[in-house]
Amino acid sequence: MNIFAKYYKQILILPAALSLAALAALLVWGLKPGMDLAGGSLLQVSYPSGASTVQAVQAALQPLSLGEVRVQATGENGYIIRMRDISVTEKAAVETALGTLGEVQEQQYSSIGPTIGGEILRKGYLAIALVVLCIILFIAFAFRHVSEPVSSWKYGVIAVVTLVHDILVPAGIFAALGHFAGAEVDSLFIVALLTILGVSINDTIVVFDRIRENLRKNAEKRERMMFAELVGTSIRQTLARSINTSLTVIIMLLALYFVGPAATHYFALTLLVGMVAGTYSSMLLAAPLLVLWEKRVAARRR
Amino acid sequence: MFKLRYFSVLILIVAGAIGFFVWNGQSTQGRFAFKLGLDLSGGSHLEYAADTSNTPASQINDSLSALQMVIERRVNAFGVGEPVVQVERGGVVGTGDYRLIVELPGVTDVNKAVAMIGQTPTLEFKLVTLGMESKLTDEQGSLNPAAFQDTGLTGKYLSSSQLQFGNGSAGALASQPVVQVNFNSQGAQMFSDITTKNVGRELAIFLDGKLLSAPVIQTAITNGSAIISGKFTATEAKDLATNLNLGALPVPITLASTQTIGAALGTEAVHAGVLAAIIGFLILSAFMILWYRLPGLVAVAALLLYVVLMLALFVLIPVVLTAAGLAGFILSVGLAVDANILIAERMKEELAEGKNATIAIRDGFARAWAAIRDSNIAHIIAAVILFWIGTSVIKGFALVFGLGVIVSLLSAITVSRTFLLALGVNVEKTLGRFLMRSGFNR
Repeated sequence: MNIFAKYYKQILILPAALSLAALAALLVWGLKPGMDLAGGSLLQVSYPSGASTVQAVQAALQPLSLGEVRVQATGENGYIIRMRDISVTEKAAVETALGTLGEVQEQQYSSIGPTIGGEILRKGYLAIALVVLCIILFIAFAFRHVSEPVSSWKYGVIAVVTLVHDILVPAGIFAALGHFAGAEVDSLFIVALLTILGVSINDTIVVFDRIRENLRKNAEKRERMMFAELVGTSIRQTLARSINTSLTVIIMLLALYFVGPAATHYFALTLLVGMVAGTYSSMLLAAPLLVLWEKRVAARRR
Repeated sequence: MFKLRYFSVLILIVAGAIGFFVWNGQSTQGRFAFKLGLDLSGGSHLEYAADTSNTPASQINDSLSALQMVIERRVNAFGVGEPVVQVERGGVVGTGDYRLIVELPGVTDVNKAVAMIGQTPTLEFKLVTLGMESKLTDEQGSLNPAAFQDTGLTGKYLSSSQLQFGNGSAGALASQPVVQVNFNSQGAQMFSDITTKNVGRELAIFLDGKLLSAPVIQTAITNGSAIISGKFTATEAKDLATNLNLGALPVPITLASTQTIGAALGTEAVHAGVLAAIIGFLILSAFMILWYRLPGLVAVAALLLYVVLMLALFVLIPVVLTAAGLAGFILSVGLAVDANILIAERMKEELAEGKNATIAIRDGFARAWAAIRDSNIAHIIAAVILFWIGTSVIKGFALVFGLGVIVSLLSAITVSRTFLLALGVNVEKTLGRFLMRSGFNR
C-alpha cells in the first residue's frame, strides 16, 4: 500500500484550508477594482529637478475638488496620481497646479469612464465561466473511453473543482495584497486568472492521462489493483514531469516578475501563485477527490 | 539515419536564415521591424462613445463608416505617423453601443489630440413642428424636443462650404459673415423636397446639438445650396466653413476614455521585457541541459527555433506588441518546453524497459502525445476565448499566447524528434546512457 492510498483523505486538508483562507480573504477584504475596471484616471508625472514630496503634490491638487486623490511616489522624483474620471478642462487645471511645484514632465495619463470599465469586468466574468465550461466539456470528451471505476464526466467535474481552487488562491492573495499593500486588480488580473485556467489544467491532465493509461494496462493484464493505489502509483510516476513542466513556466515568470516591465509586475505575480497552486492541486486535490468519489460509488454498490 | 541528419542540418540552416531575416529587418527600420503598441512606443489611445440613437437602424453602418472616414481625414491632417481609427461595438457580447477608437502613436499631448478630433461639428437640419414656432425653448431656455422633427438631412450630405458675406438686399443678413453650404446630389434632392413641401414653415439648423437659427422657408430651393447664419464673426464663420469641409460628423461622439504613455516610459518597458526574456531563457536553458542532458540540449535547440519562428511571425503578420503581449511571449517560452519534458520523461521510462535509443525515442514521442495534445487544446481554448471576448490589451496577450501554443507544438515535437533520432545515441555505452538519463541519476 503506498503513502497516497493511505493518507489521501488527510492530504485534502491542505488545499481545503488554503481555499477557505483565500475565500475568507476575498469575503473580508474583497478585491479593489483598479482604474480600468471601475473608471477613474491616473496621471504619472516626474520632476526632473527633484525637490517635491507626496504631501506637496497632494496639497497642490487640494483646491481643485477632485474628490479622493491618491498620490504615490514612483522611481526617482516620479509620482502616480489616481483620482476620479476627469474631463479635459479639469486635466488642464491639474497640469497647471502641478506646474507650480517646478518643471513637470507628464509620463502617462489614462482616464476611463465607468461604462467601459464595468463592461470589461462583465466580459471577464463571462470569459471565466466560458473557459471553465469548455474545459469540463473537453476533459469529459478526452476521457470518454474511461468509464471504470469512475466515469469520464467526473474527471471533468474534478478538473473544474481543481481549477476553482487554482484561481481562488491567487485571488485570495490579491485580496490580502490589496488590503496590506493597496494592490488593485485590473484587466490584466482577469487575463492572469484566465491563463491560469488554461495552463494549470496541464498537470491535472498529465495525472489523469497516466491514471487512464494505468487503468488500461491493468485491464489488459487482468490485474485488480485498488483504485487508490493505482492513483498513488500514477502520481509517483508523473511527479517529476508535473514539477518540471511547472518549474519551466515559473522560471520565466520569476524573470518577468523581477526584471520585467512595471506594467506586468502584478500580472506575473498572479500567474506565479496560480502556477504553484496548479501544480500541487493536481496531486493533492484532484487525485484524492477522484479516489474519494470512487469510494463513495463503490460503497453505494455494496 | 543519413536522411535524418541531412534534414536536421537543413532545419538549422533555415532557422539561421529566419533569424537573420528578423535581425536584418530591425536595422533597416523598414517593413519588417517589430510593431510596438502604444504602451511600448508612446502615444495616445482615445475611445469615443458614438451616439447612434437618432440614426435609423438601416443607416447605422453607413453613418459609422462615414464617421470613421471623417475622423481619419482629421487625424491625417494633424500629421501623425500610422494612426489607427476604428469602430468597435461595445457590450459584453458585442451588441452594445458603438465606439470609435483612435490611436495616435507619438502624440502625448492628449489635450491637443482631443481638441483636434472634437472640433469637428455635427450639422443637422430639422423642421419646426407647426404651431410650435414660439415654443422652441422652454422657460429654462433649454430646447423643447417636441418642437423639432428630424428631416434626415445632416452634414453627411455636404459637398462643400465656404465663407460669404450676406448681400445688402437680403435684409437682416446684410454684410454679415455667413456660411454657404452646398449639398451633394442626394442632399440637394432631399433639401429640394423639404423646401418644396414646407414653404412657410421654419427649418431649424443645429450645430453640435445647439440651435443656430430657424429661418422661414420662403421658396423651394432646388439648386442644392443653403446659407447658415448665426451672428458669426468673420473668423468663426471661416473656421466653421473649414470644419464643415473637413467633414461634418454624421454621428455625434463623446470622449469615453483616454490613455497616454510617454515615449520614455515605453522604452523602459521594452528594455525590461527583453531583459526578462533573455534572463529567463538562459536560466531555463541551464536547467533543461543540467537536468535532461541530451534531450534537454535538444529541447533548448527546439526552443531557440521556437523563439526565432515566433519573432518572424510577429514581423510578418504583423503582431502589434504590447507589454501584455510581451508577457504572453515570455510565458509561452516556459510552456513551449513542456512538451519536451513530457517526451524526455517518457523516453526515460521506455529506456528503463530495456529498449534501444531509437525505439525508446519513437515510443516516447508516441506515448507522450496524448497528454501533450490534451494540454495544448486546453491552452488553445483559453487563448480563443480571451481573444474573442477581450479588449485590445487582452487581445494582444491572447494572440501571442495562442500563436505560441501552435508554433511550440511544431518546434517541440517534429523538430526535437528529428534532432534526437539524428544524433543516434548508443545507450549500450556508458556515455550514451548518461546522456539520455536525467536528474540525479548517473
